[in-house]
Amino acid sequence: MLGPVAAGLAGTLIPAFGYLPAAGLTEWSLDPFRSLLEWPGLVPAMRLSITTGLLATMLSLAAVTLLFAGWSGTRAFRLLERLLSPLLSVPHAAMAFGLAFLIAPSGWISRALSPWVTGWERPPDLLIVQDGWGLAMVAGLVAKEMPFLMLMGLAAMGQADATRRMRVAQAAGYGRVTGWLKTVFPAIYAQIRLPVYVVLAYSMSVVDVALILGPSTPPPLSVQVVRWMADPDLAMRLTASAAAMVQLGLVVAALLLWRCGEWAVARIGLAWIARGGRGRSADQLLRPLGVVAGGFSALTVLGGIACLAVWSLAGFWGFPDALPQGLDLRSWARHGPSAWGSAGDTALIAAISTGLALFLVIGCLETEYRRGRALTQAGLWLVYLPLVVPQIAFLPGLQTLFLTFGLTAGMVPVITAHLVFVLPYVFLSLGDPWRAWEPQNGVVARALGTSPAGVLWRIRLPMLIRPILTATAVGIAVSVGQYLPTLLAGGGRVATLTTEAVALASGGDRRAIGVYGVAQTMAAMIPFAAALLIPTLLWRNRRGMHG
Amino acid sequence: MTSLKTALPLVAAMSLAAPAWSQTDPSDWEAVTAAAEGQTVYWHAWGGSTATNDFIAWIGDKVAEEHGVTLEHVKLSDTGDAVTRVLSEKQAGADEDGAVDLIWINGPNFAAMKEAELLFGPFAEALPNWQYVDVDGKTVQTDFTVSTDGYEAPWAMAQVVFMHDTADLEAPLPSAESILEWAQANPGRFTYPQPPDFLGTTFLKQTLIELTDDNEILSKPESEADFQAVTAPLWDYLDALTPVLWRQGQAYPSTGPAQLQLMADEEIDLAISFSPGEASTAIANNQLQPSVRTFVLEDGTLGNASFVAIPYNSGSKEGAMVVANALMSPEAQLRAQDPDILGYGTVLSMEKLPEADRAAFEALDLGVATLSPAELGTVQPEPHPSWMTRIGQEWIERYGVVQ
Repeated sequence: MLGPVAAGLAGTLIPAFGYLPAAGLTEWSLDPFRSLLEWPGLVPAMRLSITTGLLATMLSLAAVTLLFAGWSGTRAFRLLERLLSPLLSVPHAAMAFGLAFLIAPSGWISRALSPWVTGWERPPDLLIVQDGWGLAMVAGLVAKEMPFLMLMGLAAMGQADATRRMRVAQAAGYGRVTGWLKTVFPAIYAQIRLPVYVVLAYSMSVVDVALILGPSTPPPLSVQVVRWMADPDLAMRLTASAAAMVQLGLVVAALLLWRCGEWAVARIGLAWIARGGRGRSADQLLRPLGVVAGGFSALTVLGGIACLAVWSLAGFWGFPDALPQGLDLRSWARHGPSAWGSAGDTALIAAISTGLALFLVIGCLETEYRRGRALTQAGLWLVYLPLVVPQIAFLPGLQTLFLTFGLTAGMVPVITAHLVFVLPYVFLSLGDPWRAWEPQNGVVARALGTSPAGVLWRIRLPMLIRPILTATAVGIAVSVGQYLPTLLAGGGRVATLTTEAVALASGGDRRAIGVYGVAQTMAAMIPFAAALLIPTLLWRNRRGMHG
Repeated sequence: MTSLKTALPLVAAMSLAAPAWSQTDPSDWEAVTAAAEGQTVYWHAWGGSTATNDFIAWIGDKVAEEHGVTLEHVKLSDTGDAVTRVLSEKQAGADEDGAVDLIWINGPNFAAMKEAELLFGPFAEALPNWQYVDVDGKTVQTDFTVSTDGYEAPWAMAQVVFMHDTADLEAPLPSAESILEWAQANPGRFTYPQPPDFLGTTFLKQTLIELTDDNEILSKPESEADFQAVTAPLWDYLDALTPVLWRQGQAYPSTGPAQLQLMADEEIDLAISFSPGEASTAIANNQLQPSVRTFVLEDGTLGNASFVAIPYNSGSKEGAMVVANALMSPEAQLRAQDPDILGYGTVLSMEKLPEADRAAFEALDLGVATLSPAELGTVQPEPHPSWMTRIGQEWIERYGVVQ
């Protein structure tokens, strides 16, 4: 990972100090930072990035925790678990687009209630989407990050010995929520800590969701970086690079803040556990709250997809009609064939990059296990850097590296670029469950005469099939969702569902966005469904494997 | 902002780029078409409009049939992405067979690429169909006052019109002042795309031209004028307008199409457009209510041309020239002007066309919401690009960071 990350960072760092020879700018200076400081929106943009990022992460973690604490092991929980795959596979931009249409003053909810409830003949002039606090954006992020954290939590559950811990806690008279928080949560959180960090970094540097749902006067810093990067005046790219470095600093600072928060929560939590309160009455309040949170996420994302599906079939649809004037297949006839054509390339790229990532990650984790030495902190940061640095600032540097190696255009550079982003996610989904695997299983197998390779192939991989499939599904979803890496590395010669969808989305044609959003969702949904279904089938006669 | 200091030499100091190396002389058309046969041209063009995408696909079929050129439309969300690509290639020394063969380009991007010597040319005026182009009546040899010098070929004319929903706003508004009066009487029913979006900045320029007494000064770089004095009427105007805008100016649509969607959603009644045929095409595509019509201001509105340019390192320059030529053909221009297809204005001169083609243009039904060439009235020239940059920055400082 060092090569691409270093090249990408250098490609950001050097222009930030005024050096971009291809644009004829060769003078080292601090001017880019000065021009950044002179931008009057800098402080509010930085504040927005921090508040929306922290708020979205805290809310989604709290909601997922409540859901697990109150409901894991119940039938309602299993239903939500099944809903998860469609939720996770909806691309961020499509979800944001659907949500914006759902809650806008001229949106679906308002249409359904107008004019008979609200009395509105015309949409009211209310600032709901793009509000100054970024609350609509936070809602969108929470709805979308909850399924991700839940999936990570599910993968961790199997290795946390949750059932036994809960049995002990309940035998000691603890309430369901309190018992789970005190006995299981610490074990789960230790495993999903990195995914939580990624959610935080992602929420702070997200561009597409912020563009659709976030405020614009000024926008969060990440959006402004993209704006400057696309400015016709090539000198603005220097300012963009400087802003990207500031953005990186913000993300690191927020992560440190979060780390301090973890420490504080751990101290307080320990004291709380030691006090031994059984908290039985808390269940009545907290359990319904968990379901409300889970329902919010499910309804938001599914509602968004429903919006897209209806728009893909819509004729003219004006306010306040609850449904379009007519439904037809015109948009599908128009965009369907090209969507189908790019679906093939999308699948191929996703399969190869995810396969490579799995191979590398399992190799790395197994080496780590056999040598008994964990990846150093610095090494971890290297793997995760691509997730923390804003893509737009990092990619031109990466692209220059590819070009220097003669990787000009086509599938190979695209797959390589996808690998840079798929690998960390796969590592992150698989790392903790892998390490949490009970090594006694290996010791027993070795004692019975199995080779280390035999332990890997015949014991460890089968036992970890659920987290491996989950990691695969996450990897595929990440690959399907990549826009800038595909466009820049492929020289525009590789068209995936997402590149087509984002290009069309820039034109705001809801029907076209509907067709591509639905197609994108399908492409990412199939692997998730498989990740849930295959272990269930494989282990239908292995009760102990159903975490 | 500091960027201004660095930006000005880029845009203003137009040193003439040396002609880039090419296998084929553009004026030897037979050699060009011979070399173009079998080439694949990657045209990087904004992909946000279904109508435009379909038109580009049609052009692709035409050049494949006539010249054996394969045209691939690379759909961009921002032209800046193609500029980034060419820039990265130059940085890495990939000077041959780059990824981009043709770019749909606009004023400031063209000025920047031409200045940085990222373009191939001159070629445009050597193309066979250049003979029909209206060089006297239309701004096809300058792009935002910057001379094109044959480094880009025109393919469509654009002019500012205002779209209004006649169900809510019946009569056209003749001037910027009357737009303000109407907006004050109907708060929350008007907005414009957020600068520095191209169309949003166009609204600012259009309003400035309306309000200023001396349009001559705008054709020179803004550094030669007293910027604050010239633009003071514009800021006074916007100070009065902003509180009665949609969402009181706390939010703006991000692009022109997003603004169009607001109109379809009945959130606004008045919107600016840079394409006289856009409203008719959108109505035909179910994207706008049938009650929408267009108007221009009494003193005329801004107009300019859309161009295509070829990067210096394209490996299919001949194929790209064949496409640029096909775009200027009477057949393609007629198709582009048809509101059911695209509704873009033609760059050709009716007098120069053969009789049959001229008749076909005259027989064209421009669509229910499209003004005739006579009704479109006077075309105002674009100000120097430095005005656009500076006004955009000034707008951001005044209205873009209100929180």
